[in-house]
Amino acid sequence: MAVRKSLLSQLKGVWVPAIVIIVWEAVVRAGWVNPQVLPAPSAVLIKWYQYLMPLEAYDPTQGSRLAWYFSGELVRDLWESFYRVLLGFVIGAGLALPLGLLMGASKHIYDYMNPLIQVLRPIPPIAYIPLAILWFGLGNPPAVFLIALGAFFPVLMNTIVGVRAVDSIYIRAGKNLGAGSFLMFRKIIVPASMPYILSGVRIGIGTGFICMIVAEMIAVNNGLGYRILEAREYFWSDKIIAGMFSIGLLGLAIDTVVSRLNNYLLRWHRGLE
Amino acid sequence: MAEQAQIEIRHVSKVFKGSGQDVVALKDIDFNISEGQFVCLLGPSGCGKSTLLNAIAGFSLPSEGSVVVGGHEVVEPGPDRGMVFQEYALFPWMTVEENITFGLKIKKAEPHKIEEKLQQLLKTLKLTDFRRRFPKDLSGGMRQRVAIARVLALDPPIMLMDEPFGALDALTRRSLQDELLKIWSDLKKTVVFVTHSIEEAIYLADRIVVMSYRPGTVKKDVHVEIPRPRNPADPDFNNLKRELSQMVMAEQNRFEQATLGSTGD
Ligand SMILES: Nc1ncnc2c1ncn2[C@@H]1O[C@H](COP(=O)(O)OP(=O)(O)O)[C@@H](O)[C@H]1O
Ligand SMILES: [Mg+2]
Repeated sequence: MAVRKSLLSQLKGVWVPAIVIIVWEAVVRAGWVNPQVLPAPSAVLIKWYQYLMPLEAYDPTQGSRLAWYFSGELVRDLWESFYRVLLGFVIGAGLALPLGLLMGASKHIYDYMNPLIQVLRPIPPIAYIPLAILWFGLGNPPAVFLIALGAFFPVLMNTIVGVRAVDSIYIRAGKNLGAGSFLMFRKIIVPASMPYILSGVRIGIGTGFICMIVAEMIAVNNGLGYRILEAREYFWSDKIIAGMFSIGLLGLAIDTVVSRLNNYLLRWHRGLE
Repeated sequence: MAEQAQIEIRHVSKVFKGSGQDVVALKDIDFNISEGQFVCLLGPSGCGKSTLLNAIAGFSLPSEGSVVVGGHEVVEPGPDRGMVFQEYALFPWMTVEENITFGLKIKKAEPHKIEEKLQQLLKTLKLTDFRRRFPKDLSGGMRQRVAIARVLALDPPIMLMDEPFGALDALTRRSLQDELLKIWSDLKKTVVFVTHSIEEAIYLADRIVVMSYRPGTVKKDVHVEIPRPRNPADPDFNNLKRELSQMVMAEQNRFEQATLGSTGD
Protein backbone atom coordinates (compact mmCIF):
# COMPACT_ATOMS: atom_id res chain seq x y z
CA MET A 1 0.00 0.00 0.00
CA ALA A 2 2.71 2.41 1.02
CA VAL A 3 4.79 1.39 -1.98
CA ARG A 4 1.90 1.98 -4.33
CA LYS A 5 1.25 5.37 -2.84
CA SER A 6 4.86 6.52 -3.19
CA LEU A 7 4.90 5.21 -6.77
CA LEU A 8 1.79 7.19 -7.53
CA SER A 9 3.19 10.33 -6.01
CA GLN A 10 6.40 9.85 -7.95
CA LEU A 11 4.39 9.51 -11.13
CA LYS A 12 2.87 12.91 -10.41
CA GLY A 13 6.21 14.48 -11.13
CA VAL A 14 6.30 12.94 -14.59
CA TRP A 15 3.21 14.61 -16.03
CA VAL A 16 4.36 18.19 -16.26
CA PRO A 17 7.70 17.53 -17.99
CA ALA A 18 5.97 15.05 -20.31
CA ILE A 19 3.40 17.63 -21.33
CA VAL A 20 6.06 20.30 -21.80
CA ILE A 21 8.05 18.00 -24.07
CA ILE A 22 5.02 16.95 -26.09
CA VAL A 23 3.88 20.54 -26.60
CA TRP A 24 7.42 21.61 -27.44
CA GLU A 25 7.77 18.82 -30.02
CA ALA A 26 4.36 19.62 -31.52
CA VAL A 27 5.08 23.33 -31.77
CA VAL A 28 8.32 22.70 -33.67
CA ARG A 29 6.81 20.03 -35.96
CA ALA A 30 3.90 22.29 -36.81
CA GLY A 31 6.45 24.77 -38.08
CA TRP A 32 5.47 27.55 -35.69
CA VAL A 33 9.07 28.23 -34.76
CA ASN A 34 12.30 28.10 -36.67
CA PRO A 35 14.11 24.84 -35.65
CA GLN A 36 17.34 26.79 -35.83
CA VAL A 37 16.06 28.90 -32.94
CA LEU A 38 14.27 26.17 -31.02
CA PRO A 39 15.02 22.60 -32.14
CA ALA A 40 12.55 19.83 -31.32
CA PRO A 41 13.28 17.72 -28.25
CA SER A 42 13.74 14.71 -30.52
CA ALA A 43 16.47 16.60 -32.40
CA VAL A 44 18.13 17.52 -29.12
CA LEU A 45 18.06 13.91 -28.05
CA ILE A 46 19.66 12.75 -31.27
CA LYS A 47 22.34 15.40 -31.00
CA TRP A 48 22.91 14.48 -27.39
CA TYR A 49 23.52 10.88 -28.41
CA GLN A 50 25.99 11.95 -31.11
CA TYR A 51 27.73 14.22 -28.62
CA LEU A 52 28.00 11.29 -26.24
CA MET A 53 29.32 8.69 -28.68
CA PRO A 54 32.86 8.72 -30.07
CA LEU A 55 33.25 9.84 -33.68
CA GLU A 56 35.20 6.83 -34.90
CA ALA A 57 33.81 3.30 -34.78
CA TYR A 58 35.17 0.99 -32.12
CA ASP A 59 38.58 -0.40 -33.08
CA PRO A 60 39.87 -3.22 -30.83
CA THR A 61 43.50 -2.50 -31.72
CA GLN A 62 43.17 0.97 -30.16
CA GLY A 63 42.22 -0.19 -26.65
CA SER A 64 39.34 -1.49 -24.60
CA ARG A 65 35.67 -0.86 -25.27
CA LEU A 66 35.37 1.12 -22.05
CA ALA A 67 38.16 3.44 -23.12
CA TRP A 68 36.35 3.87 -26.42
CA TYR A 69 33.13 4.90 -24.67
CA PHE A 70 35.06 7.40 -22.65
CA SER A 71 36.63 8.96 -25.71
CA GLY A 72 33.34 10.63 -26.73
CA GLU A 73 33.26 14.42 -26.64
CA LEU A 74 30.55 14.70 -23.97
CA VAL A 75 32.27 12.33 -21.59
CA ARG A 76 35.56 14.17 -21.97
CA ASP A 77 33.85 17.52 -21.41
CA LEU A 78 32.06 16.24 -18.35
CA TRP A 79 35.29 14.95 -16.93
CA GLU A 80 37.19 18.20 -17.64
CA SER A 81 34.48 20.28 -16.00
CA PHE A 82 34.10 17.98 -13.05
CA TYR A 83 37.83 17.79 -12.42
CA ARG A 84 38.11 21.56 -12.59
CA VAL A 85 35.27 22.28 -10.20
CA LEU A 86 36.51 19.65 -7.76
CA LEU A 87 40.09 20.92 -7.77
CA GLY A 88 38.99 24.54 -7.41
CA PHE A 89 36.62 23.67 -4.62
CA VAL A 90 39.19 21.65 -2.70
CA ILE A 91 41.67 24.54 -2.89
CA GLY A 92 39.11 27.23 -1.98
CA ALA A 93 37.46 25.29 0.85
CA GLY A 94 40.82 23.96 2.00
CA LEU A 95 42.01 27.53 2.59
CA ALA A 96 38.69 28.82 3.94
CA LEU A 97 38.18 26.12 6.54
CA PRO A 98 41.29 26.65 8.69
CA LEU A 99 41.04 30.42 8.33
CA GLY A 100 37.36 30.33 9.31
CA LEU A 101 38.09 28.14 12.32
CA LEU A 102 40.78 30.54 13.49
CA MET A 103 38.68 33.64 12.86
CA GLY A 104 35.71 32.10 14.62
CA ALA A 105 37.72 31.01 17.63
CA SER A 106 40.00 34.01 18.10
CA LYS A 107 38.74 37.56 18.40
CA HIS A 108 42.26 38.79 17.66
CA ILE A 109 42.59 37.00 14.36
CA TYR A 110 39.06 38.03 13.49
CA ASP A 111 39.83 41.68 14.09
CA TYR A 112 42.96 41.48 11.95
CA MET A 113 41.37 39.66 9.06
CA ASN A 114 37.79 40.87 8.97
CA PRO A 115 38.23 44.27 7.27
CA LEU A 116 40.11 42.73 4.35
CA ILE A 117 37.52 39.97 4.03
CA GLN A 118 34.67 42.48 4.08
CA VAL A 119 36.27 44.48 1.27
CA LEU A 120 36.94 41.46 -0.93
CA ARG A 121 33.79 39.49 -0.28
CA PRO A 122 31.29 41.65 -2.22
CA ILE A 123 33.38 41.46 -5.41
CA PRO A 124 31.72 38.75 -7.52
CA PRO A 125 34.29 36.11 -8.53
CA ILE A 126 33.40 36.80 -12.17
CA ALA A 127 34.91 40.27 -11.78
CA TYR A 128 38.26 38.62 -11.21
CA ILE A 129 38.31 37.19 -14.74
CA PRO A 130 40.50 39.90 -16.34
CA LEU A 131 42.97 39.73 -13.50
CA ALA A 132 42.90 35.94 -13.49
CA ILE A 133 43.77 35.82 -17.18
CA LEU A 134 46.45 38.45 -16.72
CA TRP A 135 48.01 36.48 -13.88
CA PHE A 136 47.55 32.93 -15.05
CA GLY A 137 47.10 33.15 -18.83
CA LEU A 138 44.53 30.83 -20.41
CA GLY A 139 43.60 27.25 -19.59
CA ASN A 140 43.05 25.52 -16.31
CA PRO A 141 44.88 27.85 -13.88
CA PRO A 142 42.60 30.91 -14.17
CA ALA A 143 39.52 28.66 -14.14
CA VAL A 144 40.61 26.85 -11.02
CA PHE A 145 41.47 30.20 -9.44
CA LEU A 146 37.97 31.52 -10.07
CA ILE A 147 36.28 28.37 -8.81
CA ALA A 148 38.42 28.41 -5.67
CA LEU A 149 37.47 32.04 -5.13
CA GLY A 150 33.79 31.22 -5.59
CA ALA A 151 33.97 28.43 -3.02
CA PHE A 152 36.19 30.32 -0.59
CA PHE A 153 33.86 32.96 0.82
CA PRO A 154 30.75 30.89 1.51
CA VAL A 155 32.82 28.27 3.32
CA LEU A 156 34.74 30.94 5.22
CA MET A 157 31.71 32.91 6.37
CA ASN A 158 29.75 29.85 7.43
CA THR A 159 32.69 28.41 9.31
CA ILE A 160 33.13 31.63 11.27
CA VAL A 161 29.44 31.74 12.18
CA GLY A 162 29.47 28.03 13.01
CA VAL A 163 32.38 28.29 15.42
CA ARG A 164 30.84 31.28 17.11
CA ALA A 165 27.55 29.48 17.52
CA VAL A 166 29.10 26.57 19.42
CA ASP A 167 27.18 26.31 22.69
CA SER A 168 29.51 27.18 25.55
CA ILE A 169 28.19 24.24 27.55
CA TYR A 170 30.11 21.87 25.24
CA ILE A 171 33.27 23.84 25.85
CA ARG A 172 32.71 23.65 29.59
CA ALA A 173 31.94 19.95 29.45
CA GLY A 174 35.10 19.41 27.41
CA LYS A 175 37.23 21.35 29.85
CA ASN A 176 35.73 19.45 32.74
CA LEU A 177 36.72 16.18 31.08
CA GLY A 178 40.27 17.41 30.63
CA ALA A 179 40.40 18.45 26.97
CA GLY A 180 43.24 20.82 26.06
CA SER A 181 42.93 23.39 23.27
CA PHE A 182 43.91 21.10 20.41
CA LEU A 183 41.47 18.36 21.32
CA MET A 184 38.86 20.96 22.11
CA PHE A 185 39.17 22.15 18.53
CA ARG A 186 39.27 18.79 16.86
CA LYS A 187 36.75 16.90 18.94
CA ILE A 188 34.35 19.62 20.01
CA ILE A 189 34.49 22.88 18.08
CA VAL A 190 34.82 21.40 14.60
CA PRO A 191 32.07 18.79 14.95
CA ALA A 192 29.78 21.22 16.76
CA SER A 193 30.06 23.73 13.92
CA MET A 194 29.74 21.04 11.24
CA PRO A 195 26.11 21.86 10.36
CA TYR A 196 27.14 25.42 9.46
CA ILE A 197 30.33 24.36 7.72
CA LEU A 198 28.48 21.88 5.55
CA SER A 199 25.87 24.36 4.49
CA GLY A 200 28.78 26.63 3.52
CA VAL A 201 30.23 23.74 1.54
CA ARG A 202 26.98 23.29 -0.31
CA ILE A 203 26.72 26.97 -1.21
CA GLY A 204 30.44 27.08 -2.02
CA ILE A 205 30.31 24.22 -4.44
CA GLY A 206 27.30 25.79 -6.13
CA THR A 207 29.12 29.08 -6.56
CA GLY A 208 32.19 27.20 -7.75
CA PHE A 209 30.04 25.45 -10.33
CA ILE A 210 28.80 28.74 -11.75
CA CYS A 211 32.37 30.07 -11.86
CA MET A 212 33.43 26.90 -13.65
CA ILE A 213 30.94 27.40 -16.49
CA VAL A 214 31.81 31.10 -16.87
CA ALA A 215 35.55 30.43 -16.79
CA GLU A 216 35.18 27.76 -19.44
CA MET A 217 33.32 30.17 -21.67
CA ILE A 218 36.11 32.70 -21.44
CA ALA A 219 39.45 31.22 -20.55
CA VAL A 220 39.45 27.53 -21.48
CA ASN A 221 38.82 25.57 -24.64
CA ASN A 222 37.24 22.46 -23.36
CA GLY A 223 34.60 21.50 -20.82
CA LEU A 224 30.85 21.93 -20.93
CA GLY A 225 30.83 25.71 -20.75
CA TYR A 226 33.24 26.01 -23.67
CA ARG A 227 31.24 23.46 -25.69
CA ILE A 228 27.93 25.30 -25.63
CA LEU A 229 29.61 28.55 -26.58
CA GLU A 230 31.40 26.80 -29.42
CA ALA A 231 28.09 25.28 -30.59
CA ARG A 232 26.60 28.74 -30.85
CA GLU A 233 29.23 29.73 -33.42
CA TYR A 234 27.93 26.96 -35.69
CA PHE A 235 24.28 27.71 -34.89
CA TRP A 236 23.92 24.25 -33.39
CA SER A 237 21.07 25.10 -31.11
CA ASP A 238 20.33 21.40 -30.52
CA LYS A 239 23.87 20.93 -29.21
CA ILE A 240 23.58 24.03 -27.02
CA ILE A 241 20.47 22.62 -25.39
CA ALA A 242 21.98 19.14 -25.06
CA GLY A 243 25.01 20.78 -23.43
CA MET A 244 22.82 22.77 -21.07
CA PHE A 245 21.03 19.64 -19.91
CA SER A 246 24.41 17.98 -19.43
CA ILE A 247 25.48 20.89 -17.23
CA GLY A 248 22.27 20.52 -15.26
CA LEU A 249 22.81 16.81 -14.78
CA LEU A 250 26.41 17.30 -13.61
CA GLY A 251 25.22 19.94 -11.17
CA LEU A 252 22.49 17.64 -9.91
CA ALA A 253 24.95 14.77 -9.49
CA ILE A 254 27.38 16.91 -7.50
CA ASP A 255 24.62 18.29 -5.31
CA THR A 256 23.27 14.80 -4.66
CA VAL A 257 26.67 13.57 -3.56
CA VAL A 258 27.19 16.59 -1.30
CA SER A 259 23.76 16.18 0.21
CA ARG A 260 24.36 12.47 0.89
CA LEU A 261 27.66 13.34 2.52
CA ASN A 262 25.89 16.00 4.53
CA ASN A 263 23.30 13.51 5.77
CA TYR A 264 25.97 11.03 6.70
CA LEU A 265 28.17 13.52 8.56
CA LEU A 266 25.18 15.01 10.36
CA ARG A 267 23.48 11.72 11.19
CA TRP A 268 23.75 12.72 14.84
CA HIS A 269 21.89 15.98 14.29
CA ARG A 270 18.34 16.43 15.55
CA GLY A 271 17.16 18.37 12.54
CA LEU A 272 17.64 15.38 10.25
CA GLU A 273 14.79 13.01 10.70
CA MET B 1 35.98 8.58 61.39
CA ALA B 2 37.90 11.82 61.25
CA GLU B 3 35.86 14.39 59.34
CA GLN B 4 38.38 15.50 56.79
CA ALA B 5 37.33 18.65 54.94
CA GLN B 6 37.67 17.87 51.26
CA ILE B 7 36.10 21.00 49.86
CA GLU B 8 36.67 24.24 51.72
CA ILE B 9 34.61 27.19 50.61
CA ARG B 10 36.40 30.14 52.18
CA HIS B 11 34.53 33.43 52.38
CA VAL B 12 33.47 33.23 48.78
CA SER B 13 31.78 36.22 47.18
CA LYS B 14 30.88 36.69 43.57
CA VAL B 15 29.82 39.92 41.94
CA PHE B 16 28.69 40.06 38.33
CA LYS B 17 29.48 43.46 36.93
CA GLY B 18 26.96 44.40 34.31
CA SER B 19 26.11 47.51 32.33
CA GLY B 20 23.61 48.51 34.98
CA GLN B 21 23.64 47.47 38.61
CA ASP B 22 26.18 44.95 39.80
CA VAL B 23 24.66 41.66 40.88
CA VAL B 24 25.95 40.25 44.14
CA ALA B 25 25.32 36.59 43.42
CA LEU B 26 27.24 35.20 46.38
CA LYS B 27 28.20 36.94 49.60
CA ASP B 28 30.65 35.56 52.10
CA ILE B 29 29.82 31.90 51.74
CA ASP B 30 31.91 29.87 54.13
CA PHE B 31 31.55 26.18 54.82
CA ASN B 32 33.35 22.89 54.44
CA ILE B 33 32.29 19.66 52.85
CA SER B 34 33.87 16.47 54.09
CA GLU B 35 34.82 13.47 52.06
CA GLY B 36 31.96 11.18 51.13
CA GLN B 37 29.26 13.65 52.06
CA PHE B 38 26.15 14.10 49.96
CA VAL B 39 25.39 17.82 50.10
CA CYS B 40 22.44 19.52 48.47
CA LEU B 41 22.47 23.23 47.72
CA LEU B 42 18.85 24.30 47.99
CA GLY B 43 17.27 27.61 47.18
CA PRO B 44 14.95 29.43 44.79
CA SER B 45 15.98 30.06 41.22
CA GLY B 46 18.52 32.87 40.91
CA CYS B 47 19.92 32.60 44.41
CA GLY B 48 23.42 31.66 43.25
CA LYS B 49 23.44 27.86 43.45
CA SER B 50 24.96 27.43 40.00
CA THR B 51 27.40 30.23 40.65
CA LEU B 52 28.69 28.46 43.75
CA LEU B 53 28.88 25.13 41.94
CA ASN B 54 30.76 26.77 39.07
CA ALA B 55 33.23 28.20 41.55
CA ILE B 56 33.89 24.72 42.93
CA ALA B 57 34.12 23.34 39.39
CA GLY B 58 36.54 26.11 38.41
CA PHE B 59 34.47 27.46 35.52
CA SER B 60 34.18 30.87 37.04
CA LEU B 61 36.32 31.94 39.95
CA PRO B 62 35.08 33.86 43.00
CA SER B 63 35.50 37.64 43.13
CA GLU B 64 36.63 37.29 46.72
CA GLY B 65 37.65 34.34 48.83
CA SER B 66 38.64 30.98 47.49
CA VAL B 67 37.63 27.38 47.06
CA VAL B 68 40.13 24.79 48.19
CA VAL B 69 39.74 21.19 47.08
CA GLY B 70 41.99 18.49 48.53
CA GLY B 71 44.33 21.17 49.83
CA HIS B 72 44.73 22.99 46.51
CA GLU B 73 43.04 26.21 45.54
CA VAL B 74 40.70 25.81 42.58
CA VAL B 75 41.90 27.84 39.59
CA GLU B 76 40.54 25.84 36.66
CA PRO B 77 38.23 22.95 35.85
CA GLY B 78 39.64 19.51 36.35
CA PRO B 79 38.64 15.88 36.01
CA ASP B 80 38.82 15.41 39.80
CA ARG B 81 35.55 17.36 39.95
CA GLY B 82 33.18 15.77 37.47
CA MET B 83 30.26 17.98 36.47
CA VAL B 84 26.80 16.85 35.42
CA PHE B 85 24.89 19.72 33.87
CA GLN B 86 21.18 20.33 33.87
CA GLU B 87 20.99 20.69 30.12
CA TYR B 88 22.29 17.36 28.98
CA ALA B 89 25.68 18.58 27.86
CA LEU B 90 26.37 15.35 26.02
CA PHE B 91 28.25 15.80 22.79
CA PRO B 92 25.49 15.14 20.28
CA TRP B 93 27.95 14.18 17.53
CA MET B 94 29.31 11.32 19.59
CA THR B 95 27.61 8.03 20.31
CA VAL B 96 26.87 6.98 23.89
CA GLU B 97 30.07 4.97 23.87
CA GLU B 98 32.17 7.84 22.53
CA ASN B 99 30.72 10.25 25.06
CA ILE B 100 31.50 7.96 27.95
CA THR B 101 35.05 7.20 26.87
CA PHE B 102 35.90 10.78 25.87
CA GLY B 103 37.71 11.65 29.10
CA LEU B 104 39.61 8.36 29.19
CA LYS B 105 40.78 8.80 25.61
CA ILE B 106 42.06 12.25 26.46
CA LYS B 107 43.98 10.72 29.32
CA LYS B 108 45.36 8.24 26.81
CA ALA B 109 44.24 5.27 28.84
CA GLU B 110 45.03 1.86 27.37
CA PRO B 111 42.34 0.57 24.98
CA HIS B 112 41.56 -2.55 27.01
CA LYS B 113 41.21 -0.47 30.16
CA ILE B 114 38.86 1.86 28.34
CA GLU B 115 36.76 -1.02 27.09
CA GLU B 116 36.65 -2.59 30.54
CA LYS B 117 35.54 0.64 32.17
CA LEU B 118 33.00 1.24 29.42
CA GLN B 119 31.44 -2.20 29.87
CA GLN B 120 31.21 -1.68 33.58
CA LEU B 121 29.61 1.74 33.30
CA LEU B 122 27.18 0.64 30.61
CA LYS B 123 26.09 -2.12 32.94
CA THR B 124 25.83 0.04 36.06
CA LEU B 125 23.74 2.64 34.27
CA LYS B 126 21.70 0.17 32.19
CA LEU B 127 22.94 1.55 28.91
CA THR B 128 24.37 -1.59 27.32
CA ASP B 129 21.79 -1.74 24.54
CA PHE B 130 22.35 1.87 23.64
CA ARG B 131 26.09 2.08 23.30
CA ARG B 132 26.07 2.94 19.61
CA ARG B 133 23.12 5.33 19.71
CA PHE B 134 23.44 9.07 19.36
CA PRO B 135 22.06 11.25 22.18
CA LYS B 136 19.20 12.52 19.99
CA ASP B 137 17.75 9.02 20.01
CA LEU B 138 17.67 8.79 23.81
CA SER B 139 15.08 9.89 26.34
CA GLY B 140 15.93 12.59 28.89
CA GLY B 141 16.54 10.02 31.61
CA MET B 142 18.84 8.00 29.37
CA ARG B 143 20.82 11.08 28.45
CA GLN B 144 21.37 11.95 32.05
CA ARG B 145 22.57 8.39 32.69
CA VAL B 146 25.12 8.86 29.93
CA ALA B 147 26.18 12.18 31.44
CA ILE B 148 26.70 10.49 34.79
CA ALA B 149 28.61 7.63 33.18
CA ARG B 150 30.79 10.09 31.28
CA VAL B 151 31.81 11.74 34.53
CA LEU B 152 32.22 8.45 36.42
CA ALA B 153 34.56 7.15 33.72
CA LEU B 154 37.30 9.37 35.11
CA ASP B 155 36.57 8.17 38.62
CA PRO B 156 36.50 11.65 40.17
CA PRO B 157 36.39 11.81 43.97
CA ILE B 158 33.89 14.65 43.70
CA MET B 159 30.74 14.86 41.60
CA LEU B 160 29.12 18.23 41.00
CA MET B 161 25.55 18.11 39.78
CA ASP B 162 23.55 21.15 38.72
CA GLU B 163 19.84 20.32 38.83
CA PRO B 164 20.58 17.17 36.87
CA PHE B 165 17.08 15.71 37.14
CA GLY B 166 15.18 18.99 36.89
CA ALA B 167 13.82 18.31 33.42
CA LEU B 168 12.71 14.72 34.03
CA ASP B 169 9.26 13.35 34.79
CA ALA B 170 8.58 12.23 38.37
CA LEU B 171 9.03 8.49 37.84
CA THR B 172 12.25 8.74 35.86
CA ARG B 173 13.47 11.22 38.39
CA ARG B 174 12.91 8.91 41.33
CA SER B 175 14.64 5.99 39.66
CA LEU B 176 17.64 8.13 38.76
CA GLN B 177 17.77 9.46 42.32
CA ASP B 178 17.86 5.89 43.62
CA GLU B 179 20.58 4.96 41.17
CA LEU B 180 22.60 7.99 42.13
CA LEU B 181 22.34 7.07 45.81
CA LYS B 182 23.51 3.58 45.00
CA ILE B 183 26.47 4.85 42.99
CA TRP B 184 27.31 7.32 45.73
CA SER B 185 27.34 4.69 48.46
CA ASP B 186 29.06 2.02 46.34
CA LEU B 187 31.78 4.29 45.02
CA LYS B 188 32.11 6.55 48.06
CA LYS B 189 31.96 9.80 46.16
CA THR B 190 31.51 13.27 47.53
CA VAL B 191 28.45 14.76 45.87
CA VAL B 192 27.47 18.42 45.67
CA PHE B 193 23.98 18.46 44.22
CA VAL B 194 22.10 21.62 43.29
CA THR B 195 18.33 21.53 43.36
CA HIS B 196 15.38 23.80 43.94
CA SER B 197 13.18 20.85 44.93
CA ILE B 198 12.88 20.49 48.69
CA GLU B 199 11.70 16.94 48.44
CA GLU B 200 14.60 15.96 46.22
CA ALA B 201 17.03 17.52 48.68
CA ILE B 202 15.55 15.64 51.65
CA TYR B 203 15.36 12.40 49.71
CA LEU B 204 19.02 12.52 48.74
CA ALA B 205 21.17 14.55 51.07
CA ASP B 206 23.21 14.00 54.21
CA ARG B 207 23.19 17.71 54.53
CA ILE B 208 21.18 20.52 53.01
CA VAL B 209 22.64 23.99 52.61
CA VAL B 210 19.75 26.42 52.19
CA MET B 211 20.69 29.59 50.34
CA SER B 212 19.12 33.01 50.44
CA TYR B 213 18.32 35.21 47.48
CA ARG B 214 20.45 38.25 46.56
CA PRO B 215 22.82 38.37 48.09
CA GLY B 216 23.28 34.61 48.05
CA THR B 217 24.29 33.58 51.53
CA VAL B 218 23.96 30.41 53.56
CA LYS B 219 20.66 30.76 55.34
CA LYS B 220 20.66 27.41 57.04
CA ASP B 221 22.81 24.30 57.15
CA VAL B 222 20.73 21.22 58.00
CA HIS B 223 21.96 17.69 58.67
CA VAL B 224 19.40 15.12 57.59
CA GLU B 225 19.37 12.23 60.01
CA ILE B 226 16.50 10.23 58.50
CA PRO B 227 17.75 6.72 57.67
CA ARG B 228 17.82 5.63 54.02
CA PRO B 229 15.91 4.55 52.03
CA ARG B 230 13.79 7.53 52.85
CA ASN B 231 10.09 7.63 52.42
CA PRO B 232 8.46 10.95 51.51
CA ALA B 233 5.33 9.82 53.40
CA ASP B 234 7.33 9.45 56.60
CA PRO B 235 6.46 11.99 59.37
CA ASP B 236 10.09 13.00 59.91
CA PHE B 237 10.42 13.59 56.20
CA ASN B 238 7.30 15.74 56.23
CA ASN B 239 8.31 17.75 59.24
CA LEU B 240 11.62 18.64 57.69
CA LYS B 241 9.89 19.39 54.43
CA ARG B 242 7.51 21.80 56.14
CA GLU B 243 10.34 23.53 57.93
CA LEU B 244 12.41 23.96 54.78
CA SER B 245 9.38 24.98 52.74
CA GLN B 246 8.76 27.96 54.96
CA MET B 247 12.35 29.02 54.65
CA VAL B 248 12.50 28.64 50.87
CA MET B 249 9.09 30.23 50.47
CA ALA B 250 10.25 33.30 52.33
CA GLU B 251 13.20 33.58 49.96
CA GLN B 252 10.95 32.97 46.99
CA ASN B 253 8.77 35.88 48.11
CA ARG B 254 11.76 38.11 48.46
CA PHE B 255 12.81 37.00 45.01
CA GLU B 256 9.44 37.85 43.50
CA GLN B 257 9.36 41.23 45.16
CA ALA B 258 12.86 41.92 43.95
CA THR B 259 11.97 41.04 40.37
CA LEU B 260 8.68 42.93 40.53
CA GLY B 261 10.55 45.91 41.88
CA SER B 262 12.98 45.80 38.98
CA THR B 263 10.52 45.35 36.10
CA GLY B 264 11.11 48.98 35.20
CA ASP B 265 14.40 48.21 33.44
N1 LIG C 1 27.25 35.51 33.85
C1 LIG C 1 26.43 36.26 34.61
N2 LIG C 1 26.38 37.59 34.45
C2 LIG C 1 25.56 38.36 35.22
N3 LIG C 1 24.75 37.88 36.17
C3 LIG C 1 24.75 36.56 36.37
C4 LIG C 1 25.58 35.68 35.61
N4 LIG C 1 25.38 34.41 36.03
C5 LIG C 1 24.45 34.51 37.01
N5 LIG C 1 24.09 35.78 37.22
C6 LIG C 1 23.13 36.25 38.24
O1 LIG C 1 23.55 35.74 39.47
C7 LIG C 1 22.46 35.26 40.21
C8 LIG C 1 22.66 33.82 40.58
O2 LIG C 1 22.59 33.02 39.43
P1 LIG C 1 22.67 31.44 39.45
O3 LIG C 1 23.86 31.03 40.21
O4 LIG C 1 22.56 30.95 38.07
O5 LIG C 1 21.34 31.06 40.26
P2 LIG C 1 20.67 29.64 40.47
O6 LIG C 1 21.54 28.60 39.90
O7 LIG C 1 20.50 29.52 41.95
O8 LIG C 1 19.33 29.70 39.80
C9 LIG C 1 21.23 35.47 39.35
O9 LIG C 1 20.56 36.59 39.86
C10 LIG C 1 21.75 35.71 37.99
O10 LIG C 1 20.95 36.65 37.33
MG1 LIG D 1 21.14 27.30 38.25
